[in-house]
Amino acid sequence: MAESSMKDPIIYTQLERIEGPLIALVAALPGIGFGEAVRVVDLEGRIRHGRVALLDGDKVTIEVFQGTTGLAKGSERIRFLGHPITITVSESIIGRRLNGMGEPIDGGPPLTGVALNINGSPLNPTARAYPQDFIQTGITGIDAMNALVRGQKLPIFSSSGLPHDQLAIQIAQQAKIRPDLSGSAKDSEELVVVFAAIGVKHDVAVRFAEEISGRTVSFLNLADDPVMERLLTPRVALTAAEYLAFELGLHVLVILTDMTVYGEALREVATARGDIPSRKGYPGYLYSDLATIFERAGRIKGKPGSITQIPILTMPNNDITHPIPDLTGYITEGQIVFSRDLFRQRFYPPINLPPSLSRLMADGVGEGLTRSDHHPLMEQLYAAYARAEEVRMMTRIVGEEDLSTVDRCYLEFGQCLERLFIAQDITDDRSIEESLDIGWRVLGCLPREELTRLSTQLIETHGALLDEELDQGLEREKD
Amino acid sequence: MSARTIRISGPVVVCDHAEQFAMGDRVAVGKVGLIGEVIRLTPTECFLQVYEDTTELFIGEPVTGSGSALAVELGPGLLTTIYDGIQRPLALIQEQLGASILQGAQAPALSRTQAWPFTPQQEIGTQLSGGAIIGLVQETPSVCHKILLPPGLAGQLVHIAEPGEYTLENPIARISCANGQEHPVYLYHRWPVRIKRPVQQRLSPDLPLITGQRIIDTLFPIAKGGTAAMPGGFGTGKTVTQHNLAKWCDADIIIYIGCGERGNEITGVLEDFPQLRDPRTGRPLIERTVMIANTSNMPVAAREASIYTGITIAEYFRDQGLDVALMADSTSRWAEALREISGRLEEMPAEEGFPAYLPSRTAEFYERAGRVRTLADETGSVTAIGAVSPPGGDFSEPVTLHTQRFVKAYWMLDKNLAYARFFPAIHPLESYSEYESDLAQWWEKVSPGWQRDRDELVGLLIAADQLKGIVRILGEEGLSDHQRKTLMAERVVKEGFLQQSAFSPKDRFASPEKQACLLRVIIWRIRALLEDTTPAREAFAKFKLNELIRLKDELGSDETEKILAWQKVQ
Ligand SMILES: Nc1ncnc2c1ncn2[C@@H]1O[C@H](COP(=O)(O)OP(=O)(O)OP(=O)(O)O)[C@@H](O)[C@H]1O
Ligand SMILES: [Mg+2]
Repeated sequence: MAESSMKDPIIYTQLERIEGPLIALVAALPGIGFGEAVRVVDLEGRIRHGRVALLDGDKVTIEVFQGTTGLAKGSERIRFLGHPITITVSESIIGRRLNGMGEPIDGGPPLTGVALNINGSPLNPTARAYPQDFIQTGITGIDAMNALVRGQKLPIFSSSGLPHDQLAIQIAQQAKIRPDLSGSAKDSEELVVVFAAIGVKHDVAVRFAEEISGRTVSFLNLADDPVMERLLTPRVALTAAEYLAFELGLHVLVILTDMTVYGEALREVATARGDIPSRKGYPGYLYSDLATIFERAGRIKGKPGSITQIPILTMPNNDITHPIPDLTGYITEGQIVFSRDLFRQRFYPPINLPPSLSRLMADGVGEGLTRSDHHPLMEQLYAAYARAEEVRMMTRIVGEEDLSTVDRCYLEFGQCLERLFIAQDITDDRSIEESLDIGWRVLGCLPREELTRLSTQLIETHGALLDEELDQGLEREKD
Repeated sequence: MSARTIRISGPVVVCDHAEQFAMGDRVAVGKVGLIGEVIRLTPTECFLQVYEDTTELFIGEPVTGSGSALAVELGPGLLTTIYDGIQRPLALIQEQLGASILQGAQAPALSRTQAWPFTPQQEIGTQLSGGAIIGLVQETPSVCHKILLPPGLAGQLVHIAEPGEYTLENPIARISCANGQEHPVYLYHRWPVRIKRPVQQRLSPDLPLITGQRIIDTLFPIAKGGTAAMPGGFGTGKTVTQHNLAKWCDADIIIYIGCGERGNEITGVLEDFPQLRDPRTGRPLIERTVMIANTSNMPVAAREASIYTGITIAEYFRDQGLDVALMADSTSRWAEALREISGRLEEMPAEEGFPAYLPSRTAEFYERAGRVRTLADETGSVTAIGAVSPPGGDFSEPVTLHTQRFVKAYWMLDKNLAYARFFPAIHPLESYSEYESDLAQWWEKVSPGWQRDRDELVGLLIAADQLKGIVRILGEEGLSDHQRKTLMAERVVKEGFLQQSAFSPKDRFASPEKQACLLRVIIWRIRALLEDTTPAREAFAKFKLNELIRLKDELGSDETEKILAWQKVQ
C-alpha cells in the first residue's frame, strides 16, 4: 500500500498501431515503466485511461480501458503519468458514489487524501491473523451450515434470475458479531460496505444503493460502461477497502458483483493481446489474476479492522465447472451455491447445501464461539441430507412404494430441511441459537440410531428438541 | 558494457549482452535489484523470469548476473522457518517491510548472527569425501542437525573447530583438496535448486510412512521414500489432508510447500504447529517443520521455483540420514506457473496451453523422492506427496494424468463424498497404492491376521458397490436379507472405519495399533452380522452397530484395550 512516486509526466503523440483495446506506439523514451498509468486525450479532448502492458525496445503497448473506438493514428496526445494506476482515499470516501475507476459520479467534490496503487501488494502470510470471529448473518443456511467469519472470502455462486442480490443485501443488513457468545471478538461495530458493481445492470446498482442502509462506498461500472474498466473496478474497490480496514481500523464488507463479467472482460483483453488460451478461451493466468483480487481479504495481526468479501458470480449455463466458478472455488474460502431447482419451488434463499461450504467454519464455531453442538450438528445435517438426496434419486426410478421405512424418513427429512430450515423470509433475522434448534427439530424426522455423526452425549442433551413436533416448534419461534 | 533490459512482459524480462550470462544464473534486475533467473539464451538476447512484481521497471535498466545458479542455503536455522518460493525468510521480511511484501525485499535465508552449538565428529587428517558428516548441531530439541561436507568437495581435513558456539560466518573446518588448494567449510553450504543432490545408492521403499489416517495407512499406504498424488476438485479436502499428514505422519522432518494457494491456510499452519505436539517426541510440531509459502497472489515465477526450493531442502535433510516428508499443495499451481512463463516466452503449447515439457518436469520432481543410502552411508528418505487441482474436477486433464504416471500411490478425492461431509473424501474404490503388498508384512507384525481382515474389508466394499447398482434400478425391495446386511456392513465400515474427522480430538490421529484393533473388531462384528439369521430390520440395533460406528471417536490411540474388548460385546 505504498504511496506511488510522482514524476513529471511524459507526453507523447505518435501512435503506430491500434488493435482492439491495445495501442502500440514508438517511444524511444527510457523513462516509461511497466504497468504505468497512461492518459490518452483524443481529438475532442476526451480523456481515456490506460496502462502500459508491454515494453519492447522502443515500442510501448498500452491497454486503453475505455476502448480505442474513435482513436485515430497520429492525432492523440498520450501522457505517461510516471506511476501505476492509483486511487485517492481518505475517510471522507465513505458515502461516496464513484465510477468503476474510482472517479466521483455523485456530483460531489474530487477525492482527497493519499494516492494508493490499486494493485496493492501481496500480504505476507506471516502478517495475517487467522479469521475466526463468527458473523451472524441471520440466515440459517449460512450461519448453521456454512458459517461466515470476519476476514473470510465467501462467494455466492448463482445464475441469472436467482435472488443473489437479495441475499447479499440481506447479509449486509443483518450481519453482526455476537460478543455475548464470547470468542475473541469483543466489539460489535457496524460494518462499512464497499460495493463494487462490475458490468451489472443499472437497476441492480440502484437496488443496492437504496437497500443497503448505513455506511457505504459504491464503485459502479455498469453494463454499458467500458468493458476494460471492469478490470480495474474490483481493484479500486479493494484498495479503498484496505485503507478503511487497515489504516482506519474499520470492519469492511466488500460485495463484488458480477465476477463472471469481470472474467469475460479479462478474456477479451487476453484475446486481443494474443495470449494463449487455456479452458474456454480464458487465459491461463485467470487463476492468478482472480487470486490477486480474492486474496485481498482477511485480517492483519495487530490491526483492528478486517475485510470480508462476498463476491457474487453467475455460473454460465448453471455450470459449476465453468472456469470462473471453478477457479473462484479454488481461491475463496468456500462458496454458497444457489439452486435453480429450489428457486422454482419458491424457496428463499435457494441455497443448494451439498456443494456449499465454508472452510473457515471449523475454527469459527463451537464451544465458546457459538455453541458446542454447532459443528457436529452441521455434519450430521449434511450427511443426512446427502442420504435424502440419494433416496430421492432412487425414488424417481423405483417409486416410493419400494422404499424402506428408514428411507421414507429420509425423504421427509429432506423436505423439512428445505422448507423449514433453509427457507426463510427475506426479513427473517434468525439468531444462531434459533437456527441450530430448528436443525435439531428437523433431525427429529429420522430414527435416533441414524444419527451416528452425533455423540450419544449430544443426543441426550438435545433429545427434547428431537422429539418436538416440527411445525409446532416453528410456530412458537415465529411469536 | 553491462546488460540492460530491452523488453518487459510481466514476469518475463529480456536483456541484451546475452554473452554475460549462463542458463540458470541468478540475476538482479533493475535498480531495485529484483531477483530473477536466466531461462533462455539467444545469440544476443537473454530471457529472465523475475521472481517479483515488475511494475515500474523501465527499459534500459541494468541487469547483473551473480555468476551462480539459483540456489538455497542449507544449514542450521532452516527448521521452524517460513520462506517464500526463493527462500526469502518471510518473518524477517515482515520485520523489515511491514505487512506487505514489497519489491526488492531481501534477507539472508539463514541467520548470520545466531550462534549454534557445534560438536565436531571428525579427526584432523581424515580423508573425507562429499556429503560426509563433519559435526553436529542440536538445532531444535527434537532434531540434531548433521553438518555435511558439501557434495563435490573432497580432501583431507586439515582443521576442525573445537566444540563451541559458532555462527554461519565462522569457518568450522578446512579441507585440503587433491590439487593442494584449501577450502574453508562452514556450518552451511549452498546448493542449486534445479540439480538433485547425489546419493550413494537408491534403496527400495519398504517401510510405511504412518500417517495416522486409516484410509491411507490401511487401504492405500505410502512407503517412506514413496510418491503419492491427491487429485480433487475444490473443497474435497486436499489441504486438510496435507495438513493432517504434516501434523501426524511419522517422518523426522516435514517440508510443507504452499504453492499458489491461500494465505490464510499458511497462517493457520503457523498458528497451529507451534501449539500441536508431535505424538512421538512430545515436542511442538513446528520444530520439525520447514515451510515454504508462495501464496496465489505472490509472484508466479517464484511459485514455479518453490517446488525446487522445497525438494532441495528435503534432500539436504535426507542426506543427514533422516526421513523427510514433503507436501506440495498444489502442484497444479506450479504447472500453471510453468504454463504462464512458457506463454510469455511464446513457446509452442502442447495440451491445454501447457508446455510440452510438463511431463518431463513432473517426472523430474517426483524422481527426487526416494529412500537412499546417503554419501555418508546413512539411510534417509524423501517422501513426496503432491496435491493436484484438476480444472472443473476433470481427472483427465494433463496435470492429473501426467502426475498419475509418475506416482505410486493415488488418492482420488471424490466430490460426492465431500458433499456428504464424508472425510477424508478419498474414493475407496478408485484410489490405489502400489506399495500395498510391500508393506503388508510390516502390518502383520503389528497385528497378525491384519492382511486377512483388510482383504475382507476390501471385498465387502466391492460387493456392496455392486449391490448398490442393483438397488439403484430395483429398489431395496429387490434385495435378499443377506444382501441388505451386506449394505449395512458397508455402512459400518465406511462410517466406523474409513471416515475420520480432522477435528475429532480422539480420532484425528490413529496409531497403527488403533487402526488394526478397530479393523479387527469391525470385521468380527460384520462376520457375526452376516452369519446371523436376525432379519436385517432388527440387526442394526441387535448388533449395536451405531455404537460400533462411534467407537473411533470415543476411544483414542491409547485405549486399544477397550476397543478390543468389543469382541466380547454380545
Ligand atoms: N479430514 C477431514 N476432516 C474433516 N473435515 C474435512 C477433512 N478434509 C476436509 N474437510 C472439510 O472440507 C473443507 C475443504 O477442505 P480443503 O480445504 O482441504 O479442500 P481442498 O481440496 O484443499 O480445496 P482447494 O482445492 O480449493 O484448496 C475443509 O474446510 C473442511 O471443512
Ligand atoms: Mg486446498
